Amino acid sequence: MGAIDINNVSHFYARPDGGTVETLNNVSLEVRKGELLCLIGPSGCGKTTLLNIIGGLVQQVTGEVRVNGKPINGRPSPRDIAFVFQDNTLFPWNTVLDNIKVALEFQGVPQSERQGRAEEAIEAVGLKDFGKNYPHQLSGGMKQRASLARALALRTDVLLMDEPFAALDEQTRMYLGEELSILLATTNKTIVLVTHSLSEAVFLSDRVVVMTARPATIKATIEVPEKHPRDPAFMASPRFAEHRNELYAQLRAEIEKTVGGFVGNAAARDRQRRAVAGQAAP
Amino acid sequence: MNKPGIDWHARAIQVAFLAGVIALWYLVGATGKINTVFLPELPRVIEKFGQIVQTSRLYENLRVTLTELVAAFAIASTLGLTVGYFVGRSRYAALVFEPLLAGLFAIPLIVFLPLFILFFGIGMESKIAFGASYAFFPIALNTIGGISQVDPRFVTVARSMGANDAQLFRRVLLPAALPVIVTGLRMGCIIAFLSILGSEMIAGLRGLGSRVAALAEGMNTAEMFAYIVFVILLAALLNTMLTKMQRRFSEAGQAP
Repeated sequence: MGAIDINNVSHFYARPDGGTVETLNNVSLEVRKGELLCLIGPSGCGKTTLLNIIGGLVQQVTGEVRVNGKPINGRPSPRDIAFVFQDNTLFPWNTVLDNIKVALEFQGVPQSERQGRAEEAIEAVGLKDFGKNYPHQLSGGMKQRASLARALALRTDVLLMDEPFAALDEQTRMYLGEELSILLATTNKTIVLVTHSLSEAVFLSDRVVVMTARPATIKATIEVPEKHPRDPAFMASPRFAEHRNELYAQLRAEIEKTVGGFVGNAAARDRQRRAVAGQAAP
Repeated sequence: MNKPGIDWHARAIQVAFLAGVIALWYLVGATGKINTVFLPELPRVIEKFGQIVQTSRLYENLRVTLTELVAAFAIASTLGLTVGYFVGRSRYAALVFEPLLAGLFAIPLIVFLPLFILFFGIGMESKIAFGASYAFFPIALNTIGGISQVDPRFVTVARSMGANDAQLFRRVLLPAALPVIVTGLRMGCIIAFLSILGSEMIAGLRGLGSRVAALAEGMNTAEMFAYIVFVILLAALLNTMLTKMQRRFSEAGQAP
């Protein structure tokens, strides 16, 4: 049994015009305890839907999801699972510290423990001096760190992250990626992260799961056997480039399906032309 | 967030404008070409004002009007917030009732004043009922707007962390909607004041509005103006209090 077991999960929803949209088709996946697993796939393929099903925010139509052995059926399980969402979802009317304390209140933590745990969490993400600031007084990167602190304070085994760095600029996301890798090495959490970034996926993941265009199925799983915390030098290594290329090769055909591109067709046409002309492939 | 400092330049222009209006009033009176029944001279009004603030009659009328205002506002807030909350929580209810309430609010309710007098009598009750009815609409409409426009992501986040209904209301819906709700309360208070004075003037025996109307009928314009000045000062005080309240609620970390 893994930390998260996903068995034959399918999901679809009704369109307003009467049709249905199939988002997930028979997905099975086991997430091991303590690993960071990335879900990557073309835009709108259903990665986020899968993440929300694991977190109990969306109910699967068929199939079974278990987190720490407990079935999840469209109901959040706040003791086991914490979320970090894409945009800043801190409450603008609370300070950073109060945001975390409110989260602990929601989770059912006794009042006497909230202050201490909230302070500990902002210290862990390096925001110790910003506890009394309101979210709008922080930079984008700091807001996401505060969101991460909120999720960490809940002390769940599982952390679900939906493109947590997508709204940030490249250098900030790289830096936060490094931080996340360090945190990962020290907390032994199971993390599922949805991303669009190939580099982010390779840099952070123990395994990358490539999903197909909608309805999403699992196309391939790529292992990245590299110890956490990962060094920025890893990004410059040939191993990194190899993993990244492999990932892109797996993804390209799926992206083509979604954007209706011509890259694959052009290559096919080229092959055909060469065959007719009796030329060898280059 | 920057603390909203006082712009002295703007403030000076505002004061100059008011001083200009008062000076104009004084100068027009000083020419002696205007009939004092239409526009009493400023010194005369000041003198009258000095007299009426020493009469118990003013305070009795003030007490009546303020009691009506407080009662009407209390009723309107209770009903408006309750209705607004329940309608705002449900997307469908908001779809049905928001346009309905907005439509009713657009009707000049003053035409129903005779009915209010008929049902509630000529005393304070009809003024309270009328003021409460009118003030109910902006409060309910703003509460619906505030609650239904809470970013659904905040609700999702709270639910994912295990918030129950009461926690969701207290920690998410209420603070998120508060600036809009407070604006509604402010509008409701001003509308209640306005409709209470209006209904007193049309059909009332006591209260500041009926006193102004009685003085006008008796052609006692100087004293009427003194009462009007008193009402203006009261309105300014009310406005200042409401602005302070609104600023307090919107300052609590609510900046963009």
